[in-house]
Amino acid sequence: MARMVFLCDGERCIECNACVTACKNEHEVPWGINRRRVVTLNDGRPGERSISMACMHCTDAPCAAVCPVDCFYRTDEGVVLHSKDLCIGCGYCFYACPFGAPQYPRATLFGSRGKMDKCTFCAGGPHADNSPEEYAAYGTNRLAEGKLPLCAEMCSTRALLAGDRDEVADIYRERSARRGYGSGAWGWSVAYTADRGGAYAPGGRALEEPERTS
Amino acid sequence: MTPFAPARLLPLVLLLTALLFALPAAAQSGPGAVAPGGGGGAPAQPGLEGQTPSPDVRSPADVPLYIPHDGRVQGRISIPDPALATLIQPGGRDWRGFRMDWLQWIGGVVILGALAALAVFYFWRGPITIERGRARRWVPRFNSIDRFAHWTTALGFIALMLSGLVLTFGRFVLIPIMGHGSFAPLADWSKYLHMASSVPFVLGLLLMLGLWIRDNIPTRADLIWLRQAGGLFSRHSVHPESGRFNAGQKGLFWLVVLGGLAMALTGYLLMTPFYYTGIAGMQIIHIIHALLAMVLTAVIFGHIYIGTVGMEGAFDAMGRGVVDENWAIEHHKGWYDEQCRAGRIIPGDRMPQAGDD
Ligand code: HEM
Ligand code: SF4
Ligand code: SF4
Repeated sequence: MARMVFLCDGERCIECNACVTACKNEHEVPWGINRRRVVTLNDGRPGERSISMACMHCTDAPCAAVCPVDCFYRTDEGVVLHSKDLCIGCGYCFYACPFGAPQYPRATLFGSRGKMDKCTFCAGGPHADNSPEEYAAYGTNRLAEGKLPLCAEMCSTRALLAGDRDEVADIYRERSARRGYGSGAWGWSVAYTADRGGAYAPGGRALEEPERTS
Repeated sequence: MTPFAPARLLPLVLLLTALLFALPAAAQSGPGAVAPGGGGGAPAQPGLEGQTPSPDVRSPADVPLYIPHDGRVQGRISIPDPALATLIQPGGRDWRGFRMDWLQWIGGVVILGALAALAVFYFWRGPITIERGRARRWVPRFNSIDRFAHWTTALGFIALMLSGLVLTFGRFVLIPIMGHGSFAPLADWSKYLHMASSVPFVLGLLLMLGLWIRDNIPTRADLIWLRQAGGLFSRHSVHPESGRFNAGQKGLFWLVVLGGLAMALTGYLLMTPFYYTGIAGMQIIHIIHALLAMVLTAVIFGHIYIGTVGMEGAFDAMGRGVVDENWAIEHHKGWYDEQCRAGRIIPGDRMPQAGDD
């Protein structure tokens, strides 16, 4: 079974925000919610890089660990999803998430922040696949149609890769070996290491090299 | 009685204020935080040094995938949400550890420990009785404004405590019993109740502060009371001399007032996330709020115990506003003498009813 991941190649991302726009449009994400965003490091200085970031669908997901109502679940393909029917908008998942992925419709807790929203890896939510309820709450379910996330499909430089972990890793390694350098798979040591559920689990530590899943 | 001395409170107030202002500053400069733009020093992350082909990378197997991110990775972002300019925050790991391990354990041990200690105390010491029996003469202790302030604060606190504990322990205690589908609405309502009941809690707290601060200034007599632990741990009746409030009550007063105000401050900051501080600050604010909640809960259990089953005649004070004369003599001699001089003792077998005063 595939293990779905994102990988953003920092050497290729040109901060065009096509992935951000594609996501917003595909899922009709409301104003103020950013399921995907592009962060620029060392802006205007040597070594500048941009990284497109969304929910990484962590192996031992910190959001799921801290949720007071326990509303997260993981699909067979490793995608971390949640139920907006259960979510109370407490904001704890944002405090725990290493990547700032969870988003809320309103900024403060007065009258509640609203149900949390985040990247679904284009895999919808707990409702029936591509039902109107699922679309309204979580956006389209491309995975159910056999398609990969639209952000990565739209990426003109192919910086953003989405798909099975081993395949994505092979593509990235292959291209990095050709060009002779690479700054690594951003966030992978945090999101996907197996040791006690990942580097960012309590007591976890980053592994230099993980076991391959297949 | 000590005259009202605001000068004595000044250092305390200053200390508290200083702490509150130091907090966001400390949180911002957490370890590993990389300033936006990097500040000219070492590169934020391994791999940022160069983008030229390296002799180390010859085959796909040489390409590192899992580069460690130990510090915070901070960048710049073009959308108007500064919280999202943090690419990776390691603090979430510690916060998760606190929230899911430490808080559950500390909270469980502190709260269950307090209950167990009170049960042991009850069986060992029993209720503290009025030694000479009831005199059936009454001394007015708390007028209706006093009681309004107390019960407003108390009801607010109990609502805050219960709704807060639902959030902390519900996942492990309540979900297995009632299931996800019923627990989620309960948690949702708890959240609203928590926010709404903060209003009476804070108003009652400020009222109590204004009404009782002058009787809660520490005095020399409090040292004696503390040295004898208020006579709580002696089986025969020992009642160190005290004024309107003894050292134990004063301690509770200050714990509740200062602790309660700290709860209110951290609570309102949690309700307006990221307005005043970043992610590390929010995590610290939450930790303070949650830990202090456990401490105050345990303290209030002790307070409820001594105000009800733990001490004969104590509940009358806040229930009806009057206390039995002998209770007053035994527990608050100094204050009783004052009331005598002022001619406030009410004779009569029947306890004065609400409205009599
Ligand atoms: C006075 C004003 C207070 C305000 C404005 C306030 C506000 C908050 C807020 C915003 C949260 C975050 C969770 C959420 O909203 O979903 C929270 C959590 C919590 N509060 Fe309060 N609070 C106050 C007082 C208290 C008091 C007096 C107690 C208890 C004795 C208390 C106990 C808790 C607990 C146990 C949590 C959950 C912590 C956790 O499980 O992570 N709060 N409070
Ligand atoms: S990236 Fe954040 S929201 Fe996504 S699974 Fe990990 S902790 Fe949860
Ligand atoms: S905001 Fe929703 S999903 Fe996130 S921790 Fe709170 S209840 Fe769970």
